[in-house]
Amino acid sequence: MGRYIVRRLLWMIPMLFIVSVITFAFAHAVPGGPFNREKPLPAEIIANLEKYYGLDQPVWKQYVDWFGGIVTRLDFGPVYSSRSRRVNDIFADHLPVSAQLGILATLIAVGIGMPLGILAALKQNTFWDYLGMAGAIFGVSVPNIVLGPLMILIFALTLGWLPVAGWGTPAQMIMPALALGTGSAAVIARLTRASMLQVIREDYIRTARAKGLGERIVMVRHALKNALIPVATILGPMFAALITGTFIVELIFAIPGMGKYFITSITNRDYPVVMGAFMVWAVALILANIAVDITYAFLDPRIRFD
Amino acid sequence: MATLLQVKGLKTQFFTQDGIVSAVNGISYELNEGETLGIVGESGCGKSVSVLSLMRLIPSPPGRIVGGEGWFQGRDLLKMDNEEIRSVRGNKIAMIFQDPMTSLNPVLTINQQVSEALELHLGMDKKQSRKRSIELLELVQIPDAADRMDDYPHQFSGGMRQRVMIAMGLSCNPQLLIADEPTTALDVTIQAQIIELVKQLKDEIGMAVIWITHDMGVIAGLADRVNVMYAGYIIESADVKDLYADPRHPYTLGLLGSLPRLDAGPKEKLTPIEGLPPDLIDMDPGCPFAPRCKYAFDRCLEEMPPLETVARRHIAACWVDVTGGKR
Repeated sequence: MGRYIVRRLLWMIPMLFIVSVITFAFAHAVPGGPFNREKPLPAEIIANLEKYYGLDQPVWKQYVDWFGGIVTRLDFGPVYSSRSRRVNDIFADHLPVSAQLGILATLIAVGIGMPLGILAALKQNTFWDYLGMAGAIFGVSVPNIVLGPLMILIFALTLGWLPVAGWGTPAQMIMPALALGTGSAAVIARLTRASMLQVIREDYIRTARAKGLGERIVMVRHALKNALIPVATILGPMFAALITGTFIVELIFAIPGMGKYFITSITNRDYPVVMGAFMVWAVALILANIAVDITYAFLDPRIRFD
Repeated sequence: MATLLQVKGLKTQFFTQDGIVSAVNGISYELNEGETLGIVGESGCGKSVSVLSLMRLIPSPPGRIVGGEGWFQGRDLLKMDNEEIRSVRGNKIAMIFQDPMTSLNPVLTINQQVSEALELHLGMDKKQSRKRSIELLELVQIPDAADRMDDYPHQFSGGMRQRVMIAMGLSCNPQLLIADEPTTALDVTIQAQIIELVKQLKDEIGMAVIWITHDMGVIAGLADRVNVMYAGYIIESADVKDLYADPRHPYTLGLLGSLPRLDAGPKEKLTPIEGLPPDLIDMDPGCPFAPRCKYAFDRCLEEMPPLETVARRHIAACWVDVTGGKR
């Protein structure tokens, strides 16, 4: 197991290299440059700025400088829109906020989605199943951009239970985490239900019942562990996506997270920020997937490494 | 010998979108203590459903036991509440299933799976149940049983898994073991070992066995009595010797005729039963075997023949006397 993890971690190096090339290529393929404005700057100023940031160099040299900075100094480069800050400062300020929000949203997604899915499966084709799955369809289909304002309208403006926006106090975190987690909770609920329904038709569930075990033990000990394997699979990418910043929820609730910054950076062609954010997301995704693979080994003894 | 199980008019149906499937159509039989009953018939004839009904393991919906009684030690299995039937399952009546590859839980150790019935029904603690589980695995002749307790099912071969299933079934010393085609998924040499093992254990423990199979050869070496089922009906029932020596239903004749025989001549062909079993949705009123039966006449298509005594301890449901008929 230890050797397997080391091997997977080493594999990150070539993967991140490939991601960096693609990211760099795409970022630079976007039309326009970082200093194109509605009211054009004088050509000499642009030339000066480009010289200052090394954008006058050949593209391959720019890539080497950028990727070399990350690899050797963990330096993600400058921020074009702000002379005094570098990408690392941006990450230090905004990533923890996004991660906090993402972790809370994941907890909500798992905490609501899994029990809901299990309940719906156990009470298949009853009122509770229909209610739970109607809720899940609602969760999947109502986008954040509707859910967020709706929640503000109800819980902040009408009932006055929670603050409208902002970030820092636990009360401020509830609504954004719910708004962000609902969609994922719905996906998890539906997947858990489908997986449970498949598992409880398996022969070994009949065997467990034939032993005279009570329904609760059959479900918890015999069905659940088997049913969670597909659920674990989607948790990896889901978690990686949630913790690296989400534009809409951060915008609606005025949260100083990475998502908002990321989108503005794209429109400004602020290459180092965009590329850096991509790299962080890639690392999060790879690590989350490794964590999922390790979880498999605990859930299913047939899965063995090395 | 005392009667252990008495089934009266058991009727099980499945309510599906295509209609009502009559899987078991009012079957009755008795089983004495320590006796081995074989239930034979082709796929879909209601063999498995009939015993799963007694265990109350029919998936519901869509299945439902719509009528009948199943008396076991003075109590009707079909009228028990969930709590009562659970105290019987795995305890007084144990069951082993067709496919040992899928009937064991892949994510639990052998110890966990064998022990849980012991802990549940006999109130053993973890240490006692582990010790007893090792003894059970030894009883079913699994080599190095103690070392293999914490292995998972995928580390066992098919035959060994079926032995584990049998050990699980025997764990609480049941009075009745129901074996639902336990050797069908195994290759022939392993089949023979498993059959031998069950015979031997049955003599040691003194339990009764219901053995479901479509293999007439297996039944011949194992059973005391045989029920032949077709389309949810018992169409013939007799002591095993009488059934083979003197079959009284055209379907039984057909089954025996389609068996390869060691004493057959080199050019002799097997006689298959032509046609397919009937659709169990909206069955016609007559004998369900009539469309495939070479003896059938008008009455067979209109009226289901009742089970009648044709010889000592021998009943069959046929309008025609096929005594001595060609197999």
